[in-house]
Amino acid sequence: MTGSTASGTMPSGRLRLRLEARDQPGLLTHVAVSLLLLVAALLLAGVVMMVAGGNPLDVYRSMFGAGFGSKWGLNDTLVKMVPLTLASLGVALAFRMKMWNIGAEGQLLMGALAASGIALFAVPPDMPQWLALGLMAAAGAAGGAVWGIVPGWLRAQFGVNEIISTLMLNYVALSIVQFFVYGPWGERGFGLTPMFERNTWLPRLTEFADQWSALRGLTLHLGILAVPVAIVFLAILLNRTKFGFEIAMVGDNPDAARYAGVRLRRTMIIVMALSGALAGLAGMNEVSGVVHRLLEHISPGYGYTAIIVAWLGRFNPLAVAVVAFLFGGLIVGADEIQSAGISSLLQGVILFVMVSGNLLIRYRIRLRAPEMLE
Amino acid sequence: MVEMRGISKRFPGVVANDRVDLDVASGSIHALLGENGAGKSTLMHILSGLYRPDSGTIKVEDRTVSFGSPLDAIRTGVGMVHQHFMLVETQTVAENVVLGDRRLGFRMDPSAIRDTVAELGLESGLEIDPDALIWQLSVGERQRVEIVKMLHRGARLLILDEPTAVLTPQEADTLFDRMRGMAQAGRTLLFISHKLNEVMELAETVTVMRQGRVVDTVPKAQVSHRELVRMMVGSPVLFDVTVPPVQQGRKLLSLRSLRVENDRGQTAVDNLSLDLHQREILGVAGVAGNGQRELAEAITGLRKLQAGTIELDEFDVTGSNQRRMIDLGISWVPQDRQHTGTAPNLSIQENFDLKHYRSARRGPFLDRVGQSRRAVALLAKYRVAAAGRHQPVRLLSGGNLQKVILARELSTELRVLVAESPTRGLDVGAIQNVHELLMEQRSRGVAILLLSEDLQEVLSLSDRVAVIHSGRIMGILPRARAEADTIGMLMAGVVPEDMTT
Repeated sequence: MTGSTASGTMPSGRLRLRLEARDQPGLLTHVAVSLLLLVAALLLAGVVMMVAGGNPLDVYRSMFGAGFGSKWGLNDTLVKMVPLTLASLGVALAFRMKMWNIGAEGQLLMGALAASGIALFAVPPDMPQWLALGLMAAAGAAGGAVWGIVPGWLRAQFGVNEIISTLMLNYVALSIVQFFVYGPWGERGFGLTPMFERNTWLPRLTEFADQWSALRGLTLHLGILAVPVAIVFLAILLNRTKFGFEIAMVGDNPDAARYAGVRLRRTMIIVMALSGALAGLAGMNEVSGVVHRLLEHISPGYGYTAIIVAWLGRFNPLAVAVVAFLFGGLIVGADEIQSAGISSLLQGVILFVMVSGNLLIRYRIRLRAPEMLE
Repeated sequence: MVEMRGISKRFPGVVANDRVDLDVASGSIHALLGENGAGKSTLMHILSGLYRPDSGTIKVEDRTVSFGSPLDAIRTGVGMVHQHFMLVETQTVAENVVLGDRRLGFRMDPSAIRDTVAELGLESGLEIDPDALIWQLSVGERQRVEIVKMLHRGARLLILDEPTAVLTPQEADTLFDRMRGMAQAGRTLLFISHKLNEVMELAETVTVMRQGRVVDTVPKAQVSHRELVRMMVGSPVLFDVTVPPVQQGRKLLSLRSLRVENDRGQTAVDNLSLDLHQREILGVAGVAGNGQRELAEAITGLRKLQAGTIELDEFDVTGSNQRRMIDLGISWVPQDRQHTGTAPNLSIQENFDLKHYRSARRGPFLDRVGQSRRAVALLAKYRVAAAGRHQPVRLLSGGNLQKVILARELSTELRVLVAESPTRGLDVGAIQNVHELLMEQRSRGVAILLLSEDLQEVLSLSDRVAVIHSGRIMGILPRARAEADTIGMLMAGVVPEDMTT
């Protein structure tokens, strides 16, 4: 009502921008708008680079080349993609229910910690590799799940804001990891544990170089298999199961969900547990597949980047994985050009543009001459 | 003091005020009485500058005025205290009183403000600590702050919108004393109410409104309870519903001494007992906010019982949660279609399935084929006008949204149906449709509890009519004896002399 009176009394005489709601944005709209916004973000970041005295075209070209331009670059990108995808899927799951879990970083760290504990103290050198890895994966998932359940339960039982609690728990998790790597599990005060036994390592592609020589030197590990598994698992969970339907209901209207007999608290806690478990698996992947030990800086902020990735993928499992792949390349490319700030600059600008441009999905902009308003 | 002439105001689809005249004498206490939707609040929003009338003139103290905003109104001396308070919880009383006061410059003198506020409070009998923080205050105290705020800005005419709705009886008594005091001091008070007792107790003059028009303005001394009720409810034209004679079945739902609290922890349903039989529509008439919502939520398992028992078919189901109540065959058409009854961004098909999905025999998985088959059938059977079963329900009209809810609630093995204002806001055709569906369920043996503010609807459909007031059942009348004015009096909390319960 106020809107219509406002437009009626507006002074006329020039073109005006109007937002019109789209009824049901289709897939094409989503993809087109996302690409448009991505380009806008690259332009915006490019301006910053120019101000700083760089040539954005060169920067983008060398970043792209580093991330996607060669077998080696692709290898590194995929290695980064594994933890990013797992953590992002966890975040996306929680976001689907409007549980704003921004604690993937902490959940990832706790998963890494738990998996490392198993590797260091529960795996004798002669244990079969599949069993050792299974135990570590279970421990990693459990570690992350616990770090998700705590804020989930606090929210369900006492209404504690999960944004704050998950964020704070990130710092707690980091402190716990620091305690262990500098303290009881540490080696000579460098902030890292001793190297794990070989049977706790996720096999790398290079280990199969005897059969396929093309794989020689590739560090990509079998953790990559977790990516399609997790995508399929989540897609089925969200779209085909009763529990997934409950998540959709709660996400859209918690009151209606309660009315329909959904047990809200239980659903919240389970979703946070699953969300944390996925991030925890990401942590297990890093210790078991990449560094083979626990160290203070086990994550360069995968858990935070996951928030951006989940958002850009619009909480759709497959789209999230695609975005995670692109962001993996972004991280590799930024490492390549050796300018520490570029990666976070780009991530920040992209998120900013995407979030503020989000309304373009639901609305279209119309240029209108004032006469047409009649 | 006030002279309103020929005030009309229409909103899309309704005429809220239709050529309304209202005169209020200076220094009097004037009540505006009427049922929900009679147009009282609209009229007062016009007088206090919140709405502009489509036509008509307003004179305040013999000067013609045209208010563009509440600010204009208060400058002329007209201030309104709304039902929902507009206070900043983390600030003090004094700060809230002067908040938004344009007479204040950039610099404030806190101690002077405190003194003024304290003085005003003392003067009007509304003593209040100017340093108290709002969140520490009770509802009654907050109301005082609102009143003092208006007085501080120079209100000579004070409009109060259902001032007792949020108060305890003791707080209401105190408020009445203060209102009388303010009237004696020369201020004019105009209050909106639908409670007969308080109108009779407090007002000197009563204006009764019905369906957007003024029925009459009378001095209180010359009118009785019963006459006021007649004016309020008129003689409702019953809907054209055929109520087929049926053999009433056995007792299906039995509520015993229920006590339920509202969201603020106050007793909303008080020692309430009802029996509901198979093939029966029990209408519960009452003014909104007298415990209907809490009663519905208690029966359907959404709200905790403080005391009492619920039996379903001689089986104690007290304390069952919503999920179990659904499984036991209790369907519920909630009053709030958008916020409780549906998930707005989910599709029609998904909203059909909001409860039913659990009964698919596929372990943890949804039965997607069954879902779509069911959706197609329900769309056709209930003639939902939609672009298809995948359309989000937020795009549906009120009538079609209600059809979706009814389709869902009536397509299960239901035994009891709780229907809350099932036709509110619907057009005539849709109302007819809903009434037919209810009758069909009645014939099938369902026990229906119809909670509605619409007296016309309750009288047209019900086999028995129970009247609820302040969470208590004031009386239960069989269809043959359910006269509109008797029920109107009970709704207002007055038991007629000729009725023994």
